Amino acid sequence: MIWSRPSFLSRWPTDRWLAPGLGVAAAGAGLILLLVLVFLLREAAPLLGSHAAIGFLLDAGWYPLEGQFGMLPMVVASLAAALGALLLAAPLGIVSAIFLNFSAPPGVAHLYRMIVALLAGIPSVVFGLWGLTVLVPLIARWQPPGASLLAAILILALMILPTVALTSASALAAVPKSLLHGAAALGLTQQGTILRVALPAARGGIINGVLLAGARALGETMAVLMVAGNVVQYPGGLLDPVRVLTANIALEMAYASGAHRAGLFASGLLLTLAVMLLAWLAIRASHGGRHD
Amino acid sequence: MAVAMTDRIFTGVVWLGAGVMTALFLWLLGDLLWQGASHLSGSFLLSDPADSGRSGGIASILVSTLLILAVALLAAIPLGLMSAVWLTEYTRRDGTLGAAVRLSLDVLAGVPSIVFGLFGNAFFSVYLGLGFSIVSGGLTLACMILPIFIRTSEAGLSAVSDDWRRNAAALGMSRASVLWHVLLPAAAPAVASGIMLGVGRATAETAALIFTSGYVDRMPTSLFDSGRALAVHIYDLSMNVTGGDRAAYASALVLIVLIVAINTGALALSDRWLARKVTFS
Repeated sequence: MIWSRPSFLSRWPTDRWLAPGLGVAAAGAGLILLLVLVFLLREAAPLLGSHAAIGFLLDAGWYPLEGQFGMLPMVVASLAAALGALLLAAPLGIVSAIFLNFSAPPGVAHLYRMIVALLAGIPSVVFGLWGLTVLVPLIARWQPPGASLLAAILILALMILPTVALTSASALAAVPKSLLHGAAALGLTQQGTILRVALPAARGGIINGVLLAGARALGETMAVLMVAGNVVQYPGGLLDPVRVLTANIALEMAYASGAHRAGLFASGLLLTLAVMLLAWLAIRASHGGRHD
Repeated sequence: MAVAMTDRIFTGVVWLGAGVMTALFLWLLGDLLWQGASHLSGSFLLSDPADSGRSGGIASILVSTLLILAVALLAAIPLGLMSAVWLTEYTRRDGTLGAAVRLSLDVLAGVPSIVFGLFGNAFFSVYLGLGFSIVSGGLTLACMILPIFIRTSEAGLSAVSDDWRRNAAALGMSRASVLWHVLLPAAAPAVASGIMLGVGRATAETAALIFTSGYVDRMPTSLFDSGRALAVHIYDLSMNVTGGDRAAYASALVLIVLIVAINTGALALSDRWLARKVTFS
């Protein structure tokens, strides 16, 4: 910060070694991402020759032992589960954020914030366990078999709710007080202030939070694996069992070898690229919101 | 008045939303406590699993979990602290190199955990020949928690007032001792919260561990043994073992208590560090 270049005035021998040592550590930390991508590519390489991107979408289906690596049904299932979860979690999360910032008395807000934080800290495998033993039987009583796209959407929504709520709450809290005072001075009701002033002003931060939550839903493995039924097929309806890309990796890595293993690494690469795209959009959203 | 009416409805909707969320949380927590506590006992914590985990306890699982966590923290904390110090104290705020490292870390933070599992399997288990072992699992988790740890520590370090740096420089302190005696203690709360976030994520992790630290539920005898983490145990019990639900719930309760306990401990520790080292100002 102040010392942006090594000081030749320093008389201490340790200081001469400090900067390069720390630099090497930081470079190492920065290179991990590259290492991850290189190893994903390296392991997927045997298939990338014959299937170069398009093949993964055009193959008839996912029959890895017969050399068919059509990922499209699982891609569609992943997108459907993540999108469905977002449709449920985004409104509820934003409402939670409004509650925290505008409606709740300080004591209640403190308690509620604690609940949201605790919910955020619950491991995904515990969400999966609860979904498997409580939610799936509940859906099965209405429409068997229960393990379905719907169960996946509900569990994912519950999991990403805290993310949406907490990021939206901090975006709303960062809205300049002068805007809110101005709205009050103009005689706007509380509803008008929140919907027409606070939410538009916090738009960038909220969209950022929603996209990050979407990325998390797309990348989630255990919770979905445990409740979604894991049949490789296009989801025909909410109650169909589906298998998402992440769950497929977790299910098949144990015994996959050769081209099959390469196919799983290729799907991991695809997943990483999708999540990176969402993260990039999220960063753009939060920057865009700051300027207008 | 119509305006007052819609305002009241709006407030009602907001409270309803918060109520729904609280109810869901209580439902989940209630199930966990209710079903977990009934199976939980001293002998559950102290005995090894038997009959695929249906009976017996989780002693070996707990040991494996803590060992994996220890490896992850031992690798991530020194590397992370050094990186954070470099990013705050040795780069310009608009420097290209620092920006590249930050961007790389931010992208890494978003990589799904199952992809870390793939990477850990290919790199640590196969390429480096560590096999399915506690070391492989721990190092995979270290890669996973590094970004969030570095970025939190970095935020803590850059929040330390520049006056302290100037005063230390005026006193002729070496930069190493300024770091050790002034900057790091002042940033200790942020470093501790970075550790907490990392521990929370690492302890909860399942997908990254299945193919790195493995499934074996025996008591590990060395760090190069395969060891089953608590989260993997919960997954296995609920998916692959019929009649394992009770034990799964009890393990889930232990897992959550463990996460809360480690977090509280880290907070207390950082408070003590801060009290001991920074006695001026």
